[in-house]
Amino acid sequence: MRRILAVALKELRQAARDPLSLAMLLGVPAMMLLLYGYALNFDVKHIALAVQDEDRTAASRTLADGFFTSGYFDRVRDVPAGTDLARLTELREASAVLVIPRGYGRELAGGRASEVQLVLDGTDALTATTLLGYAQAIVAELDGRRLRRTLVRLGGREAAAIESRPRVWYNPELQSTQFLVPGLIGFILMLTAVISTALSVVREKERGTMEQLRVTELRTAQLIVGKVLPYLGISLLATAVILLTARVLFGVAVRGSYLALFAATLLYLVGALSFGLLVSSFSDSQAMAFQVGAVSSMLPAIFLSGFIFPIRGMPHLLQYLTYAVPTRHYLIVLRGVVLKGTDLTPYGRPMLYLALYAAVVLALASVRLARREG
Amino acid sequence: MYVLWRILVKELLQLRNDRRMIPVMIVGPLMQLLALGFAANTDVQHLPMLLVDLDRTAASRKLVDAFLGSGYFDLVGVEATQSAIEPWLVAGRAEVALVIERGYGADLAAERTTHVQIIADGTNSNSAVVGLGYANRIVAAQGSELLERRLDRLPETQRPGTTDLRPRVWYNPDLKSRWFYVPAITALTLMLLTLILPSMAVVREREIGTLEQISVTPIRPWQLILGKLLPFGLIGLVNVCLVTAAARVVFGVPFRGSFALLLLLTLPFLVAMLGLGLFASTLVSTQQQAMMTSIFLLMVPMIYLSGLIFPIENMPHAIQLATYAIPLRYYNHVIRGLYLKASGLDVLWREGLILTGFGVLNLAVASLRFRKSLD
Repeated sequence: MRRILAVALKELRQAARDPLSLAMLLGVPAMMLLLYGYALNFDVKHIALAVQDEDRTAASRTLADGFFTSGYFDRVRDVPAGTDLARLTELREASAVLVIPRGYGRELAGGRASEVQLVLDGTDALTATTLLGYAQAIVAELDGRRLRRTLVRLGGREAAAIESRPRVWYNPELQSTQFLVPGLIGFILMLTAVISTALSVVREKERGTMEQLRVTELRTAQLIVGKVLPYLGISLLATAVILLTARVLFGVAVRGSYLALFAATLLYLVGALSFGLLVSSFSDSQAMAFQVGAVSSMLPAIFLSGFIFPIRGMPHLLQYLTYAVPTRHYLIVLRGVVLKGTDLTPYGRPMLYLALYAAVVLALASVRLARREG
Repeated sequence: MYVLWRILVKELLQLRNDRRMIPVMIVGPLMQLLALGFAANTDVQHLPMLLVDLDRTAASRKLVDAFLGSGYFDLVGVEATQSAIEPWLVAGRAEVALVIERGYGADLAAERTTHVQIIADGTNSNSAVVGLGYANRIVAAQGSELLERRLDRLPETQRPGTTDLRPRVWYNPDLKSRWFYVPAITALTLMLLTLILPSMAVVREREIGTLEQISVTPIRPWQLILGKLLPFGLIGLVNVCLVTAAARVVFGVPFRGSFALLLLLTLPFLVAMLGLGLFASTLVSTQQQAMMTSIFLLMVPMIYLSGLIFPIENMPHAIQLATYAIPLRYYNHVIRGLYLKASGLDVLWREGLILTGFGVLNLAVASLRFRKSLD
C-alpha cells in the first residue's frame, strides 16, 4: 500500500511539474464540450433554397411561400429560366432549387396533377434526406388545404383523414444537442484517459528510469495501480466539470441516478486508463505510443460507438466488433441515465461488458508490463 | 541539394529503424478507412419498431404491412397494452412504437377521421426526425385513399389539382450517406500523418538533444526543415492514392473529378498542415505536450469545425466565422467537389488559392520561429 502511494505521489508530482499538460487534462474536456456542444448539431434549418419560378402566378407564389414560411428554408436567390443550376450547387450557393415550370397554375386550376421539381445537392445525404422530407410535407399540406377548401365550398362534409400523432419521448423537441452531448462526454473522457497513461510508461522507458524501477522491490501490480490512480482522480474531476458544463450551458441534466452514472464512469475510466497502459507497454517510443493510442482509441470512440453513427446501420461483422469498443456500452448507459432518467436496472448487460473490458485490458497490460520486468 | 538529400535519407533510415512505425503509418490509415468507411452511415433504415395493435382488423393490418413493407421499419415485438412500451424504449430494443387504437377499422369504414399514434425515442434525434417523416408519409398514403374515395364522388370539373413534387437528387441520387463520409477519411488520415508526426519528430530530437548537435553542423535551418518534413509529405501523398483507390474499389464511392487536380490541391494543404505541425513543435518542450497541443488544439477542432462531418450552416454565427480560418474547411470543399461533383479548377480555384496562402503563411511563420528556437 505504501509503495502504491509512493508511485501515485510520484506520478502526481510529475504531472504537477508539467502544468501545461495538467491544465489540458483538466480544462480541455470542459472547453471541448463548450465549443462543440455549441457548434455541432444536425438540426436541419436555414436550408439555402433558390427558386426558379417560370410560372409567375398566384399559385406558384403560394407554393414558394409555403416553403419559406415553414422556417426550414431561406430564400437565397430567384434565378431566371435557363440558369445553370449545376453551377449554383457546385459553388454551394444553394443546397436546393425549386423549379416551378410554366403552366403550373393553369394545370392546378384545371384539377390536374401539376409537376414541380426540387433539385437538391445530395452530397450530404443526411441533410438532403431531412430536407426532402420537409419539402414533401409542405407540398402535401398545401394540397390538403386546397382540397378541404373545395369540399367546404361544395357544402359537403369535412373529408375524413387519418391523423398521425407523433409523440417523442426523452427529447421531445428533437434537439440534436441532447443526443450529441452525452456522446461528446464519452469521446472526451476516452481521449484524455488513454492519452494520460499512454505516454507514462514509454516516457520512463525512453529516459531509462524504467530500469531503475525494475531494480526496486516494486511489484507490477503496485506499479500499475500507482500509475492509474492519480489519473483516475484527474479524470473523475474532469467528468464532474463536464457534467456541470453540460447542465449549465446545454440544459442536459442528469435525470436518473447519480450513483449509476458514477459506477459506469468509474468502470469506463479504468478500462480507458488501462488501455493507455497497454498501448504504452507495446510501444518503443512516445511517437508510436501516440499514433497507436490515437488511432485505436479516438477513432473508434467517434465512429464505432454509436456517438454519431447508429450501430444498427453497420454491416454485421462490424456490429460485432463494436462490442469491443467500451464507448459503445458507456454511451448506452450514459444516454439512458441522463436522458431517460433510469438507474442501472435496464443496463446490466452494457455494465457487464464495461467491466469485462476493463478486466481484460488491465490483465493484458499487467502481463505485458510483468514480462518487461523479467 | 546534397545536404538536403542526406537529411532526407537520414529521416527515412530512422523511420525504417523504427520498425513498427512503417506498418503503423501505412496499415493504420488503411484499417481506419475500412472500419470507418463501413461504420459511417446515417441512412435511416430498419428502425426497430414495436407494435401495439388494439384494433386487430383488416384495416389495421394493412397499415402495419405498409410500415413493414417500406423497408424503413423492422418489427421487433408485439405488445397488448400501451404501458408495456416503455421498457422496450428504455433498453433501446425498440426505437419506434406504432399504436393503433381500438375503432381504427370501424372509423375508416364509416369515413370518420381517425388517428394512429407513433411514439419515437428522441435520444437519437437524427433517426427520430427522419423516421417520423417516413411514418407520417406512410400514414398519409393510407389517408389519401380515403380522400380519393371522396373525390371520385365529385364532378370532374370541381376536383382541385394536386402538386406532384419530383425530387431530382444530384451527385448522390440514392442519398447514400457513405458517399459523404468516406471521402472525408482522405483528410483525416492526411492530418494524422502530416500534422502530428512531424511535430513529434522535431520535439523528439530536441528532447534527446540531437537538434543541438545538428545546429552546430553546416546544415542550414531550411535544409533541416525540408528534410524533416518531406518524408511525411511523401507518405501523405501515397496515402491519398491508397485511400482514393480503396474508396472506389471497396465502397463503390465514385471519383468523378480529376485525380491530378486532387493531388495538385492536396499539396498546399499538406504544406499548410506540415507548417502548422512545425509551428506547434516550437511552442512545446516535450513530446507529450506536442501530442496534446496538436490533438486538442489543432486536430480535433479542425475535424469538428471544418464541415467534414457536421454541416457548417447549422453552427452559430460566431463559430461559422471562425471556420474560415481552418484550412481543412477549404480542403473539404476540394474533396467533396472532386469526388462527387466533378468540379474543375473553374470552381475550385478559390480553394486552391486560399490553401496556397495558408501553406506559405504557416510554413513561413513556423520556419522563422523554428530558426529562433535553434539559436
